[in-house]
Amino acid sequence: MDFLLQLLISGIVVGSIYALVALGFVLIYKATGVINFAQGEFLTVGAYVCLALVAQLQFPFWLAFLFTLVVAVLMGMLIERVALRPMIGEPIISIIMLTIGLSSVLKGGVMMIWGPNNRAYPQIFSQVPIHVGPVVISQIYLWSVGFAALFLLIFTLFFKFSSAGIAMRATADDQQAALSMGISVKKVFGMAWCIAALVSAVGGILVGNINGVNISLGFFGLKVFPAVILGGLDSIPGAIIGGLIIGMLEAIAAGYIDPLVGGGMKEVIPFMVLVVILMVKPYGFFGTEEIEKV
Amino acid sequence: MSNYGVCGDYKVTYQEDMEIFQTRFVKGWLYGFIVFLYVIPLFMGHYALYVTNQIGIAIIGALGINILTGYTGQISLGHGAFIGVGAYASGYLTANLGFPFWIALPCAGAVTAMFGMVFGIPSLRLKGLYLAIATLAAQFIIEYLMVHMEFITNGVLGLLVPSPSFGSFTIDTDLRYYYLVFTLVIVLTIFAKNIVRTRPGRAFIAIRDRYISAEVMGVNLFKYKLLAFAVSSFYAGIAGSLWAHYVTIITPEHFTIGVSVEYLAMIIIGGMGHLLGSIYGAVFMVLLPEVLRLVSDIVGGYLPEVVNLMAAIKEAVFGVIIIAFLIYEPEGLAHRWQMIKAYWKLWPFSY
Repeated sequence: MDFLLQLLISGIVVGSIYALVALGFVLIYKATGVINFAQGEFLTVGAYVCLALVAQLQFPFWLAFLFTLVVAVLMGMLIERVALRPMIGEPIISIIMLTIGLSSVLKGGVMMIWGPNNRAYPQIFSQVPIHVGPVVISQIYLWSVGFAALFLLIFTLFFKFSSAGIAMRATADDQQAALSMGISVKKVFGMAWCIAALVSAVGGILVGNINGVNISLGFFGLKVFPAVILGGLDSIPGAIIGGLIIGMLEAIAAGYIDPLVGGGMKEVIPFMVLVVILMVKPYGFFGTEEIEKV
Repeated sequence: MSNYGVCGDYKVTYQEDMEIFQTRFVKGWLYGFIVFLYVIPLFMGHYALYVTNQIGIAIIGALGINILTGYTGQISLGHGAFIGVGAYASGYLTANLGFPFWIALPCAGAVTAMFGMVFGIPSLRLKGLYLAIATLAAQFIIEYLMVHMEFITNGVLGLLVPSPSFGSFTIDTDLRYYYLVFTLVIVLTIFAKNIVRTRPGRAFIAIRDRYISAEVMGVNLFKYKLLAFAVSSFYAGIAGSLWAHYVTIITPEHFTIGVSVEYLAMIIIGGMGHLLGSIYGAVFMVLLPEVLRLVSDIVGGYLPEVVNLMAAIKEAVFGVIIIAFLIYEPEGLAHRWQMIKAYWKLWPFSY
């Protein structure tokens, strides 16, 4: 039982980071209709930038954190302006391929600057674990969940109450209607990419603190697909719930199934779930069903 | 510049319009090119042969994904895994069951076609983005199976595959392999050309352009989507089998998501929905790393650290090229070629 509890907790930690990245993903999809295969690389870039600031330039962590967020926002803006804007109205496959190309560019760039080796963050959070009943939780886990929850909360409130957030929801709902109400759809698109880059960078910093940083962090972005499909591609609460479920599922698979089949199950089980969901309920828990007319 | 085409459209029957060879000149030129393909390897070095063989295998794979993605409009991010299925099927049949190569090759194609059909079933409900994600899942699941089904694939240690042989004649040199690969390339290109200009091909294009209209006009979506997956995977299987017997040791790393992306990039750069696009794209994508290596060798003389950055540079250049093509030349090289031809056709009186 303790083992299960322990697994669930580490699942929730990873899941909350998935939720964060999934939020950015859903946001882009909702506002601009683009599936962003470069989401994982946003994460990598965030993790590396923060690491460079902390380790190489000796910034205090909080300053490095804020600075990374600024860099992420600028990157999101730049990418939207340079690469995505010319693609408005192009077929889906071109846009998918474009984001794949983007991920390749970002990955190459990171590798050129920081090299392919594994790196670890200097110790930022205290390593003394906290005991909650029978379960041991390391402090970094608590911080991660805390940060993830904080950002999820901030953006939920942002969409609900701020005028920019409402403009984004309006655009997601109906671009033409939003345009006629005086909302600048271009600005909204730019904003969606900025926010997506920002939340992914936060996710990257958290993962980097837990597991260390390397170039394959980008795979995290692919793992988000099961989460968003489970929750529904265009639903923000869906992204959060989907992220948590996939995180826990992964942890349980790692704990119980991996010993039986000799490892690796953790990596594929989300995708098996994904296939099942696509077969049974393609629009996930909360996604809007597309109804096509001739 | 001699004008080899006719100036204007003088066709009076549908049959004339459907002909593969529009003029006798084109026909002669093509036969000449085939003869050239069979003669040129005799004058090529070891390295050039190695690269051309890779190009040939890539062409077969790219033809496959072009039929599925370019003609039928079903996005596949699992082509690399399907190539892997073909490679392992062929490898297992020859190495462990002792089948001769000429039986294993079509069997690999057939097995992969079956795999493709299974993973194609979701395409009946899913479209566009959702299908792309489903095939992505297929890619990861097949990759997992390749690593963990050790009794067939020998896992990460790799499966040793013998060189192909016909009786006592073993195809173990690059030159001999060249003839094998390019004979198949020619046969499979002709086959693909005939698929896309007959009923199945027109059904594929109809599905791509507007699947509801296609269904209304009597195209059986179930049948033709599965057929597209089957044909595409068959090509992938053949490409995989040829690859396996060429490198003679296969490991799961050869068939990752990166390979799938590379094949998609080939048809985007070459031109989706053009068979010629597969060929241009394959040539381009195989030559790109070779050219980059050449450049880095030259630059490396002055800046030694460039060599260490090679992997990173390759990754970044690959991405930039994809993005540049999508933004500036979305129809690919095949389209550009047609524009150039059209320009010269009426030159210098193009108005």
